[in-house]
Amino acid sequence: MNETTLLHVEDLVLYFKTSRGLVQAVDHVSFDLHKNKAVVILGESGCGKSSMAKAILRLLPRNVGRYEGRVFIDDLDIMTLSDEDFRKQVRWVKISMVPQAAMNALNPVLRAGDQVAEPAMIHLGLKKEDALDLAREMFQRVGVPVDFLTRYPFELSGGMRQRVAIAMALITKPQLIVLDEPTSALDLLTQANIMNVLKTIKWETGTSYILITHDIATSSELADEVAVMYAGQIIEVNDAEHFFEKPLHPYSQKLMASVPKLYGTEEPDFIPGRPPSLLNPPSGCRFADRCHLRFDKCSQEPPTFIVDGHPVKCWLYEKEASATLSPANKGEVS
Amino acid sequence: MSTDIQHNATSSAPADDVLISVRNLHVWFELKKWGFSHVGWVRAVDNVNFDLKRGEAIAIVGESGCGKSSLMKTLLLLNRPHKGQVIFEGKDISHLTGKELKAYRSQIGYVQQDPYGALPPFMPIHRILEEPLIINGIKDKQEREERIRNAMQEVALTPVEDFLNKYPHMLSGGQQQRVVIARAMILEPKLLVADEPVSMLDASVRVEILRLLRKLQEQYNLSVMYITHDLSTVRFFSERIFVMYAGKLVEQTHIVELLHNPLHPYTKALLTGTSVPDAANAKHLKKVPPGEPPSLVKPPPGCRFHPRCEHFMAGKCDAEEPPHFEPIPGHIVNCWLYEGNRVSYPELEAEV
Repeated sequence: MNETTLLHVEDLVLYFKTSRGLVQAVDHVSFDLHKNKAVVILGESGCGKSSMAKAILRLLPRNVGRYEGRVFIDDLDIMTLSDEDFRKQVRWVKISMVPQAAMNALNPVLRAGDQVAEPAMIHLGLKKEDALDLAREMFQRVGVPVDFLTRYPFELSGGMRQRVAIAMALITKPQLIVLDEPTSALDLLTQANIMNVLKTIKWETGTSYILITHDIATSSELADEVAVMYAGQIIEVNDAEHFFEKPLHPYSQKLMASVPKLYGTEEPDFIPGRPPSLLNPPSGCRFADRCHLRFDKCSQEPPTFIVDGHPVKCWLYEKEASATLSPANKGEVS
Repeated sequence: MSTDIQHNATSSAPADDVLISVRNLHVWFELKKWGFSHVGWVRAVDNVNFDLKRGEAIAIVGESGCGKSSLMKTLLLLNRPHKGQVIFEGKDISHLTGKELKAYRSQIGYVQQDPYGALPPFMPIHRILEEPLIINGIKDKQEREERIRNAMQEVALTPVEDFLNKYPHMLSGGQQQRVVIARAMILEPKLLVADEPVSMLDASVRVEILRLLRKLQEQYNLSVMYITHDLSTVRFFSERIFVMYAGKLVEQTHIVELLHNPLHPYTKALLTGTSVPDAANAKHLKKVPPGEPPSLVKPPPGCRFHPRCEHFMAGKCDAEEPPHFEPIPGHIVNCWLYEGNRVSYPELEAEV
């Protein structure tokens, strides 16, 4: 971990208990996020990307089967904190979240301004008037007219409500905001607008983002780095320049090929089959069954190879790897 | 590139290969206070005209609330037109009822947006596919069985036996959408209406479903109305594209022509708004027109896009509604910037 690292996640595990066994939603996930950068967690539905966000923010449901790993934010090991300390020191103070479908999660009987002001009152201990002043400032920042402070959520359009939800996450000036599918339910122009707002905030306030999405095209609007998740594991972390040009992992390549391009004439492709169940995932590479480059070795679980500084979990890169993080003792560089 | 485009916009009677013609169509919904006193109209679809040929696929692109679903529901007669005509194979269908309505609907397949919401959760796939056959009077059990199997093979839900007795929740999103498509196809319709058929699906499955729809279209010479907000999926599916804004068609042309030579300022905004995966996107802001689509209860006078338009001409755009102009053959746009060659859609004579 060096000075520019904001968030360091190491071997994060989150399993859920169900009547049919443990669901390995997040399985030994590691990545770093640097200050004022945005990492996109890309994956299809059910790959564990939202669970990972919840694991970082410790927003856990009751049926947790296994929850461990190490998460540092600014050198503070937040996994060792008690729940109360975590709430006081981390949640909304250092990391805030715009949950999925946040625009529909606003309280219908509270004014938009009061809802945005609330985290400032609770987490920063501000008086209501000061919190409302701060809320006004946040409204301006996200591009909501300030007279909307006294309106109720149902009086606002979808795009405006999404901005209100972002304002709520911004008000405590956290270093990191987790955005779970922030634009997926919105229209194209509204989507572009929200992305503009997020970019401006990043440039002006130095905030970092974790952007969770399945929309590859839109994710490129914000991405500095891309982490691809498949069946509970991160299979590739790459910087945006390389990823959108030439992804490493076969799954990422297939995923990129499935994006219809506006002006491209080549036909987009699809990935046959479906992701494995997370109840009893296959013991080897989890993508092997759908992979067009599969070979003998794929029946064993691949370690994470470091290729040109980018971690990728695929046997194809065994030879060119500069280092290997073995799956047995994950996190140890050999 | 536009010379090969044929369209019947200016011809007075529909040619034989036209399946459905829409003339001067208005779909308005009444706003009522306390359930009875009239307060106004929501003008969901306002003066829409087009012809859809047999075997042709048309995409309708627009943002939510622009009236694209209302237009489609009117073609299915789930809404009645407020004014105007919908002519299906030379017959005005806007006032059909009873048996005639049922017969008309059996010729149209409908693929819904959310496959899980569109399938009854308590029915096995077999029953879901059998239902339309029973309703439309196919009494022979053997024939029904056969058609169910054929439809499932058509959409690649194989081996058929594995799926017949499953319930919708046991299938993945892509498989559910295949069931919806099989159900839409089982009565061998002439027109397929697909309302955002892939927007709820994962990226890797999307293309598979689009290809399936295209295969069916080609195989059965189906006419397709493909409704979407995602411009990037359009080109793999349809030949013509209509752009809709606030209840009006603002641009109609061939898809390649639209991508390379968009005319209407709104279309241009949509094209710049669409992201293409590229790391450079993160370094600059997108140009987005200010504001939001207008209320359809009191749409702005003149061109409905004028409050957001960068080419706004005072006294023109806010005074008179732009008619259909055809600055390039086969490329129709409703914008005063292209004033000149006007297109008119005369009312059609049809059997009522």
